[in-house]
Amino acid sequence: MFYREAGDFKTSYPEDGQTFPIKLDRFGFFAVLFIGFAVIPFVINDYWVNSVFLPFLIYAIAAIGLNILVGYCGQVSLGTGGFMAVGAYACYKFMTGLDIWIGGVQYALPPINIFLSVILAGLVTAFVGVLFGLPSLRIKGFYLAVATLAAQFFLVWLFNKWAWAYNYSASGQISAPERSIFGMNVTGANADPWVAYLFCLVFLAGLAFMARNLTRGSMGRKWMAIRDMDIAAEIIGVDPLKAKLSAFAVSSFFIGISGALFFSVYLGAVEVGEVFGINKSFLVLFMVIIGGLGSIFGAFAGAAFLVLLPVFLKNTLVGGLGWPTDLAAHLEFMIVGGLIITFLVLEPHGLAQLWRIIKEKLRLWPFPH
Amino acid sequence: MPEQLLWGMEVFMNGLMAGVLYALVALGFVLIFKASGIFNFSQGVMALFAALTLVGIMEGRVPFSHLINAVFGTSVHHFGWNVPAFAAILLTMVVMVALAWMVNRFIFRHLVGQEPIILFMATIGLAYFLEGFGDIMWGSDIKKLDVGLPQGINGFIDEITFNLLGYGFFIDNLDLWATFIAVLLVIALVMFAQYSKHGRAMRAVADDHQAALSVGINLNFIWVMVWSLAGFVALVAGIMWGTKSGVQFSLSLIALKALPVLMLGGFTSIPGAIVGGLIIGVGEKLFEFIVGPMVGGATENWFAYVLALIFLVFRPQGLFGEKIIERV
Repeated sequence: MFYREAGDFKTSYPEDGQTFPIKLDRFGFFAVLFIGFAVIPFVINDYWVNSVFLPFLIYAIAAIGLNILVGYCGQVSLGTGGFMAVGAYACYKFMTGLDIWIGGVQYALPPINIFLSVILAGLVTAFVGVLFGLPSLRIKGFYLAVATLAAQFFLVWLFNKWAWAYNYSASGQISAPERSIFGMNVTGANADPWVAYLFCLVFLAGLAFMARNLTRGSMGRKWMAIRDMDIAAEIIGVDPLKAKLSAFAVSSFFIGISGALFFSVYLGAVEVGEVFGINKSFLVLFMVIIGGLGSIFGAFAGAAFLVLLPVFLKNTLVGGLGWPTDLAAHLEFMIVGGLIITFLVLEPHGLAQLWRIIKEKLRLWPFPH
Repeated sequence: MPEQLLWGMEVFMNGLMAGVLYALVALGFVLIFKASGIFNFSQGVMALFAALTLVGIMEGRVPFSHLINAVFGTSVHHFGWNVPAFAAILLTMVVMVALAWMVNRFIFRHLVGQEPIILFMATIGLAYFLEGFGDIMWGSDIKKLDVGLPQGINGFIDEITFNLLGYGFFIDNLDLWATFIAVLLVIALVMFAQYSKHGRAMRAVADDHQAALSVGINLNFIWVMVWSLAGFVALVAGIMWGTKSGVQFSLSLIALKALPVLMLGGFTSIPGAIVGGLIIGVGEKLFEFIVGPMVGGATENWFAYVLALIFLVFRPQGLFGEKIIERV
């Protein structure tokens, strides 16, 4: 792994501490940003937004969040689906006007702007995440992974039974009302695909920036120290309480925002058991593993891979070969499972590491050293 | 005696029986974890796969018929014969051993020395693979499994309790059989691990791979053996659950229920798996009976996990787990 190239000299500390120290990387990053913000919105249509871009953007946020917890802080969590549900329901309550009953009288806030609702939903989820993260101070490793399942099942059950959370609607579903930002519809049936796309992209870009800098800073170093060996970290002065709980809080904040977007912008209507079940937890975890533990780029790569794979399989098998859909779905299970195993056997550090190796080889190509 | 109390007792009994079935699945986890340090998430799917294979063989289904039909445009589905239950169980066991060999050969041999969490992820991958594979091989419809175990209310217990208490307890024959078989299985496994040559080798491998290798134990053989044993336990669990509620996808979810059982009992303890299973089984049934109606029911979905979570906060290694000693 290299950080610098020959001839690229740094003359000041800020320059030395840049996120992308290599010129080509920096250039590539701005090019991607430019394409994402200024090119794609003009060329996409409804199909591309709904089947590829929105899921990718939203899952990427969730994958970054989970990567902070699992990849950087080493606390395995299987509760992602439950936390996404918290985000979705909190967003719903803020969007429709949070109501409180005191002594039989209803006090309600006015509906809050969608952008703020999503952020507030993230904060609520961060709080819930800290609550379920508390046992991590006592429980470690697999035990913790299983303990987070408690969050998953309990939260899904709670949102199924707690009528207040879905505003006492008869179907038990929550559906996003029409909300706009700068006069353009983001949620609801009349939302423009490019607006929804940009809305999610703004969140993703902002959060990825935040994650990258958090993980580079002192907080990220503490997380990694805890991950590598928690007792040793404690001895050198890292407070495990603060480090672990902050990882849970930040990670849940990200996951909550992705849940809120998943519900409000992407799906529009949600039945909690179906959408935020245990399979969602696994899916996001797979993204993190396939992408690469402890890498922000890995979260993007993993999300892109697992969003595109089913679309690709469906188009080739069902559309191209005319197979029945259930057969294609089973095959997808097999392929996803097989790929995970293959990745772990060949490259336990995921797509991010693969990308790093390729870059390294290409730099030197055609020379061996 | 008040009616509520009698019902509660009946719920308690049924909880015990359900607990035995959880313990059966948990047992498979413990076996593999002890011998190879792998936390085998795919145990539940292995049970599903075993049950699917058993039904498929018994009914003489053509494997991959769905796939063959889709690719070649044919319409094969059954061979047209039925295999007796006993022979089918033996054949399924052969399949499970083959599966164990392949799992070891193609996955875990390449992952020796990796961190436990990587191994855990690999078993999740295996679970997904097997789930898809089982469905493609045998079709995803809900299948009835009947290997000749008695089912339905046990008249004897019903009669005795009716005479004694004036209220007949409903206990399923199948649950009684499951309990009986589980007890036999546990005794057999403990005897095997303690007194047989291969059992000792297995424990040696569990203690220290390298030391075991250096005294001449064939690691590959032991690992295949352990996975085969887990496959056998999965088969037994698959038969029990399959007979009880049909062979279907939800069978693999019992694996998730076995996880809190393991946490309660400790990952490394066979008695722990049993006791944990009983506590979870009784606990969730009683909780649903007493608290369930107040909060809208369906508490069985999460009670086991929350109980295990609270329990672990006070005793992180579980009831019978080895004390966790941490060193820098």
